[in-house]
Formats: sequence, structure tokens, C-alpha cells
Amino acid sequence: MSLTSQDLQRLAKLSRLSVPEADEARMLEPINGLFHLVEQMQAVDTQGVVPLAHPFDVTQAMALRLREDRVSEPNAREANQQSAPWVEDGLLVVPKVIE
Amino acid sequence: MSELHTQSLRQLSEALHAKTLSATELAQHFLARAQADTTGSFLAIDPAATLAQAQQADARLANGTATRLTGLPIAHKDIFVTREWPTTAGSRMLAGYRSPFDATVVARLGHGDHGAGMVNLGKLSCDEFAMGSSNENSAFGPVKNPWDPSRIPGGSSGASAAAVAAGLVPAATGTDTGGSIRQPAAFCGITGIKPTYGRASRYGMIAYASSLDQAGAMARSAEDCAWLLSALCGPDLDRDATSLDVPAEDFSAQLGQPLQGLRVGLPQEFFGEGLSSSVREAIDAAMAQLRQLGATTVPLSLPLTELAIPAYYIIAPAEASSNLSRFDGVKFGHRCEHPADLMDLYVRSRTEGFGEEVKRRILVGAYVLSHGYYDAYYLQAQRVRRLIADDFQKAFAQCDVIAGPVAPTVAWGLGEKANDPVANYLADIFTLPASLAGLPAMSVPVGFGEAGMPVGLQLIANHLQEGRLLNVAHQYQCHTDWHLKTPQGI
Amino acid sequence: MSAPLIQGYEVVIGFETHAQLATNSKIFSRAPTAFGAEPNTQACAVDMALPGTLPVMNREAVACAIRLGLAVGSHVAERSVFARKNYFYPDLPKGYQISQFEIPVVQGGEVSFFLGDEKKTVRLVRAHLEEDAGKSVHDQIPGHSGIDLNRAGTPLLEIVTEPDIRSSAEAVAYAKELHKIVTWIGICDGNMQEGSFRCDANVSVRKPGAPLGTRREIKNLNSFRFMQQAIDYEIRWQIEQIEDGHAIEQATVLFNPDTGETRAMRTKEDAADYRYFPDPDLPPLVIAPEWIEQVKGELPELPRAMAERFQTEHSLPEYDAVTLTQSKAMASYFEAVTNGCGQPKLASNWIMGEVSRRLNTGEVDMASLPVHASQLAALIGRIADGTISNNAGKQVFEALWSGEGTDVDALIEVKGLKQMNDTGALEAIIDEVLAANPKNVEEYKAGNAKALNGLVGPIMKASKGKANPQQVNELLKKKLS
Repeated sequence: MSLTSQDLQRLAKLSRLSVPEADEARMLEPINGLFHLVEQMQAVDTQGVVPLAHPFDVTQAMALRLREDRVSEPNAREANQQSAPWVEDGLLVVPKVIE
Repeated sequence: MSELHTQSLRQLSEALHAKTLSATELAQHFLARAQADTTGSFLAIDPAATLAQAQQADARLANGTATRLTGLPIAHKDIFVTREWPTTAGSRMLAGYRSPFDATVVARLGHGDHGAGMVNLGKLSCDEFAMGSSNENSAFGPVKNPWDPSRIPGGSSGASAAAVAAGLVPAATGTDTGGSIRQPAAFCGITGIKPTYGRASRYGMIAYASSLDQAGAMARSAEDCAWLLSALCGPDLDRDATSLDVPAEDFSAQLGQPLQGLRVGLPQEFFGEGLSSSVREAIDAAMAQLRQLGATTVPLSLPLTELAIPAYYIIAPAEASSNLSRFDGVKFGHRCEHPADLMDLYVRSRTEGFGEEVKRRILVGAYVLSHGYYDAYYLQAQRVRRLIADDFQKAFAQCDVIAGPVAPTVAWGLGEKANDPVANYLADIFTLPASLAGLPAMSVPVGFGEAGMPVGLQLIANHLQEGRLLNVAHQYQCHTDWHLKTPQGI
Repeated sequence: MSAPLIQGYEVVIGFETHAQLATNSKIFSRAPTAFGAEPNTQACAVDMALPGTLPVMNREAVACAIRLGLAVGSHVAERSVFARKNYFYPDLPKGYQISQFEIPVVQGGEVSFFLGDEKKTVRLVRAHLEEDAGKSVHDQIPGHSGIDLNRAGTPLLEIVTEPDIRSSAEAVAYAKELHKIVTWIGICDGNMQEGSFRCDANVSVRKPGAPLGTRREIKNLNSFRFMQQAIDYEIRWQIEQIEDGHAIEQATVLFNPDTGETRAMRTKEDAADYRYFPDPDLPPLVIAPEWIEQVKGELPELPRAMAERFQTEHSLPEYDAVTLTQSKAMASYFEAVTNGCGQPKLASNWIMGEVSRRLNTGEVDMASLPVHASQLAALIGRIADGTISNNAGKQVFEALWSGEGTDVDALIEVKGLKQMNDTGALEAIIDEVLAANPKNVEEYKAGNAKALNGLVGPIMKASKGKANPQQVNELLKKKLS
């Protein structure tokens, strides 16, 4: 299973990254090197095996804890926006979003 | 005063409580060392903030509300967000970022309500977003191994290990996703421990791979690690849904237990061809020492060990690719100049902000989660993960702890594998399995290998058995002095 | 029974509704959900996706999902999973939305309602919990948008139907019924102007018997008024395209109420790959059967059950029962009035008549009715016992409504509306009118029953409106037989 340049560009677009043509080989080589190992993994028979999403699951089934519906976050706009690149009247400014 | 930086947390704590030393003096001593650092470990130092914390600690020491950790210096891997210091995660993406809140781990060790009162010396470098095994992936320069500055300290908590080894700080926090505490601890000759997944809160720990990331302790001894780990672990039910609802524990309680009857499992897959002979020798000597202390060894097999590499390098990038989507130049972090439109804002900000390895893992992650590939890659990896975890459970039916090397070799030279990510991935083979299974694991210095570089022994225990691990390591350290060795000039 | 074809085409519609849940705090954070706050004052660190933040689940949001599941007869999953839906948009701070994909919390179910006389049932595929995104404000700075994340993280229940709907009218009726249900059980405030109840319609057309056509999704239908208009336009547009030989391309469209047209939004940039995977920050949601039982016990009587009860207990026709249960407030009002006067049919008539007429002007709603149930009950009592005529009753009602008076008897007195009950005086008037209108009398006796009407008028006038119309009729017939 090898990724082509086309695959790479599609994934880059999905991930909002730019990979110039000159950098493609550099980016792809280790990825394809990794996939060589992946093929071995895919050969393992995992019929009937339930994916392990939460590691502690093997010891104890994990269930989502639920919290009380209570407000306890006061307005902290200034603190939360202190690292924002561009704020006007409390709004985060970005190039126009076209619907 | 000049040997303060080689003393253990226990020794320093005793001095503080005996009032032969103040937290302020201690802080000043280590600040001076940190500011003169040549390893490249510190990314942020703020003497005023540190001394303010030292003052608070001295007040607690005076009024009797101090804990055993109060007033002791600590430094945090720059993956933990802090209010008073910037947080970068080793990335240009977060250069100058200021968090409005402290990570739970930081608060528990520091001056939050119920905090232990440690004094933060600053933020330590790491591989960008914790992705890497050499600390060469930091956007702010590589970190040098204090034992040999031409070599890597390991990663991703490379600076945490280097700073402790170089006596810049007596203890540091690290994070371990695939071995990022254990491996740098081994490469720098210090002790490091990753607890059971879910023991330490992930709130405020910048996420790389959510189902694998864990905070842990790095220090000069198992006892020091036990002190630190006890304080930073504990349920965070309010803020972290993956935090285990298991009471906090004093992991130093059973340090003194003799090792008579301890069964140590040795997985054959950890002792194969790839293991360098010098590392093998040091490990073998350590095992002999454990036997002398009353342990018996049991041969084991963890047959899927090699597959831990592809499984991890599918699961971790998948989760990372999603976790890193929030870095978009909109709310915080790097924004490109004069974005032409929204797409340009996203693409340029992210391309400029992220380093190469991070980008690579994001792309891999996007691929394995893609429609049509999800089952064959991500789900398959999660299934293999369960098989690996099950194999550990079978192993623990026959032994109490599992032992083996942390890494196949000693620390390699800076730049040597910088352009060969896969070589880096392969070197993680021994640490990845315990990560996938969420098991507690640690690294203990057990000697030196090639070129006089430190070698670490890995110990792995079953879920919630951190006390056991630290006990084994502590008993070993009571009878050996590898952990007391320091690099030349330190 | 199916809907009429349009130009020979069958219309196939499926609905997706996003109902904002009426919780105090957000689904995954403890920030408030109240509408209308200053920008970003209700977006805490978790809502802003600041580095290191993690989601924590709101119990009440789950309770709302259970309530909806019970109300529509669906299966509430014992175990469901939260998944990340990955895409980039400025109002989506994490770059992914926490939603549910493969295993939603509510599975199946159905919603039934009347379309005219016909009973329709729309099957639900599922309902799942997810978080809302923020909002953008455009052009406050030219060429730029301002992002407000107050709404980000508000809990939503996304309710998805099978493509069972066959006309725009049916779509609106379904939407209205679902709106009634979610507000009735108190999980949503139903305020469509504030975006609490948002509908997307997936519309396609096909020749009967043909496979399903390509559908286009009309997003953000936030008023019932425009909903039908938008769907009708879309249907006509699709048919025109097909008739002209063009294939329908899958697209997301928006309705413009000013132009009355639907227009495609974004180009379908390779039907976005959302890369769904279970959120590693959230273990599976487990709902114990005991909790479901508990919620069931606390659920109010649902509209359909209540309507059925009105038919059996009060002998009301189905139409009345359904109309009166259009909202919990109206149903409560009806019950209070009925309890007060013991006249369910009259109560129904008055509520569906005089009360509804005034409600429809939109000036008041059930919560702010100026006529209390006890007042209407008293009024109906006085009509039932013959004290006043129905017409006089309308005058009293108006007086109560406008605040002219508050006591029914007092108003009757003041306005002199008491019906004449003195038979003797009435007979005298009737005799006079009969004498003065011989032609009508003759026509009636000849067999023209309608001739009576010409006599009733003058009698009522002569009695200054106080005659009891029923009595007049009885006496007239007696005298003329």
C-alpha cells in the first residue's frame, strides 16, 4: 500500500496543509516506509476482536461519567482571548466566511 | 551549596523542613544553573514568577502547612499549560501562547488549592507536540544529552531528562505517549515513570494522542519519582472524562518491601537480534542484581511486540491529526500574515506553524481515518491493540513485573537519525507495547553502554501497580549506585 | 394513501431537525447556554478549544434525549458512542464536532399527525446528541467575518427521519408536530427565531416506481411559513431541471425568503470526508434501564395520549381533541375551563373559536391570555344555564379580554345582557310579530321551513336581543303547528 503524490495532495487539502511538489518525496518516503510495517499488521487475523479504544477497558469497562447541569464558568473573555490574533468588539476576526 | 543540584528530593526536603535551607535560596541556586544551561533544555524562565512561588512556599514551611514537596524546585515539560509562563509545546504554532489556566498536574504540584507547593523553575523543551524520540523536532532547537552534547537526550521529554541529568532541576514532569518519559530517562541516566493510563489528569496537557498520553515523573531516583508521582496522580473527575475514578495513592508507602519472591518476566521478543550487545550486558547485570535481591525470572513471550510499531503509528497519528485541527490561526496560536481568504488563513498558518514530523503525522492520521481506509487501518490497529493488551494480562498471570530494555541502543548522535523518521519509530519497539496497553512502566538507570552512554532498564507492571514498580526500582537503587552517577562537570 | 403527484413526479422528503436542548450549561462544558449574550462572554476555555481542554458530559442533555426517545416510541440505546466529525470552519473551534455516528443514543421511533383528515406517520431513523457550532457575523469589518463562540457547545439533538414525507404540506405538518413534542416534553424552548429548532429538508423527485432521485438538502428552514414555500420551489426547480434533460447534482441549498428561491451553497468539494472515529476523550455513554424507567415515570402525559383521553373522557371529536392538544398550555387551559364549568364541548368550541382567533393575531400567547380559565368557565356556565345567549357571551368575552371587567355576572348585569326568560312577555312579542308578518306564516305553513328565519329576526329585535333564541324557536314552532 503506497501513497501517491495525488493521495498526498488530497490528504494535505483535507488537513489544510500545503506540501509543495519539491517536498513531496521527503514527506512521502517515511510514510510509505511506515506502511510497509503496516502491511504486516494487517495480516493479523483479528476476527471477533473488539477494538480497544480505552486502555483501561481490559481491566474494567469504562462508562462516561455525567456531570450535573450547572453553570460554573463565568465570563472570562479577556483571559481566554489574550492569545487571539485579531479581536474586534469581542469577536474573533477572520477573512470573510462565504456561505 | 554547590552540591545542592545532585541531592535528592528527600534530602532537599529534609533541609527545607529543618530550616537549614529556604525555598528561596533553593530557587535562586537552580535559577542560576538554569540560566547558565548549555543543553538547550529551558524554553522559558521567569525568575520573578519563580521567586514569588518560592516565597509562598517559604510561608507554608513557616506556618506548618507544607507538604514533603513544598519548596522543592520542579520544571514542567512545555506540553503542560501554565498561566504564568508561556506554553509552546515545542512548536512555532504556539510561540508566545499564554494559557488562561494551569494544567491540573501543574496545579497539583504547585500552588493551586490543595497544591503540593513546589516551585516552578520554568518550561522545558520537547519534541514538537510530543511527537518524536530525540527532542530534535523542537522548533526551538535540539537539546543536548548532558553525558555527551553531540548526542540526543531522547524524546519527546528530552529536555525534562536532560535538565534533571544536568542538575538544572531535581525533578521534572514529562509525558509519555509511546515511550517519551522512559526513553529519555534511559538515555540520560535518570529515573522516569509513566503511570497507568488515566491515573494522571490530562486536563491542560496539550493533546497528542488522547488514548495514549500520560503525564509522569522524572527525577534522580525511584523514591523521588514516587513522591512526585503520588502528588501528580489522582482522579480529576470534573475535567477529564478519561481520568480513572481510583483514589490517589502514596506510591512511596511500599518502597521498603523486600523483593523476596518477586517474579520478573522477561519477554523473549525484547531480547532479540536488534538489541545492542552493550545494552544487553547492562540489562543482564541488572537482572542478576534483582535475583540477588530475591527475585526470580520467568521467560515469557509477547508475540505481537513488533506489531506494536505499526499499531501505534496508526492510532497515535490518527488521534493527533484530529487533536491538532484546533490550531487554525483563528482563536490562538500562529496566524500567517495578510491571509487572502479563509482557506489561505488555514493552509498558510498551519503550514508555517507546524514542523515537518508533525505535518507528516497529521497526513498519516488523515489517511488512516479516511473513508474507506478506517476499517483496514484504524480499527485493525485498535484490534491488534487489544490483542497486545490481552497478551500482557496473560503474562501477568505468570509474573509480577516484566523487565527488559527501554531501547535497543544507547542515545545516538544529533542529526544521525534526524532525516530517518522510520528509524526513530523502530527504536520505540520496547516502549510502545506498554503504552498501547495503558500499563504503568518505568525506566531505571542500570549502567553504561557504548561510548559511556547510560542504559535504562524498563519495568512494566499491571494496571494500578505503580507502587510495585517503584518498590522494585527503589530496592535495586538501595543496592546499586548507577542512579547517583552524574555527567562530568555536573 | 399517497400524496398527489406534481407534474407526474412523486416527491420524496426526509427531514433532519436540530433541536437545541434547554439545559443550563453546555453539553461538554460548564458555560451557560442563554441566548443573546455579548459575543464570546459565554465561551469558556473548553468551548474555545484552548490547548489542553477536554469535554465533560452534561447529564441533563442525556436525560433530554431519553425523554425524546420515549415520546416517539423509539429504542433508547443502552450504550452509545460519541464520535468526532472532522472538518474546518471558523465557527467550529476544535476543527471537529463531537457528535454520534455509528451508535446513536436514540434509534427508530415515529411521529404521527393529521394532514387535513388524513393521519400520517413519519418514521424516525435516529436521534443523536451533538454540540452546536458558533456563529459568524459578516462585514462588520469589510471583507471579514467576526466569530462568536457563545453558541459553540450548546447541546443539540439531531432528529432524522426516513424519507417518508411525500409533500411540502406534509413536511410542515411533521415539523409542527415534532415542534410540539419537543416543547411539550420540555427539552427545547422551540424558539425558531432564536435558532432553537432548525430544520433541513432533503428533497428529491422521481417518477412513481422509479429508484430514488438525487436529493438536494435545503438547510436552515427556520420558519414554518417559509418551509413550505422553500420546498415547493425546490420541487418545481428539480422537476424543471429533469424535464430540461439536466441531471440533479447533490448539493446543499439555502432558501432566500426575499426572492423565494433556493440556491446551491457550497460546491460539493468531494463530499467532505469527515473521518469519523470514536472520540478518545469520551468513554461510551451507558444508560441503565432504571434511568429510562425513572424518566418514563416523570414524563408528562404526551399529546396523543391526552387527545385520546379527551375523546373518551369528554366525548370530544378527534378533530377537537387534536386541536386542543396543540400545546401543553392550551390543553391545560381546556382542562381547567372544563373542570370549572363541566361543559367540555362548549369549552372546546370557545377555545377553538374566540380564544384561538385572538391567539392567531400573534399579539398574545397562551402564557399571557387575559381571560383566565376560571373566567371563561364562569361565562360558559352562564350560557349553559340559559342566563345569556351565545352572542351575548361573545360580548362578555370581549369585555373580559379587553380588561373592561373581570367578573362575568357583574358584566352581564352592567351590560343588561340577561336573556329574557319570561315566557309570557316573549309570547306576547311573538304574537305581535306573527300578526305583522302574515306572508312568512303562510310560507312556513306551506312547508318552507326557512320562512321561520324571517320571523326570528324581528322577534329578537323586539326583545332587544334578550330573547333566548332556543325558546323563540320552540315557541314559534308550537304556535305555528
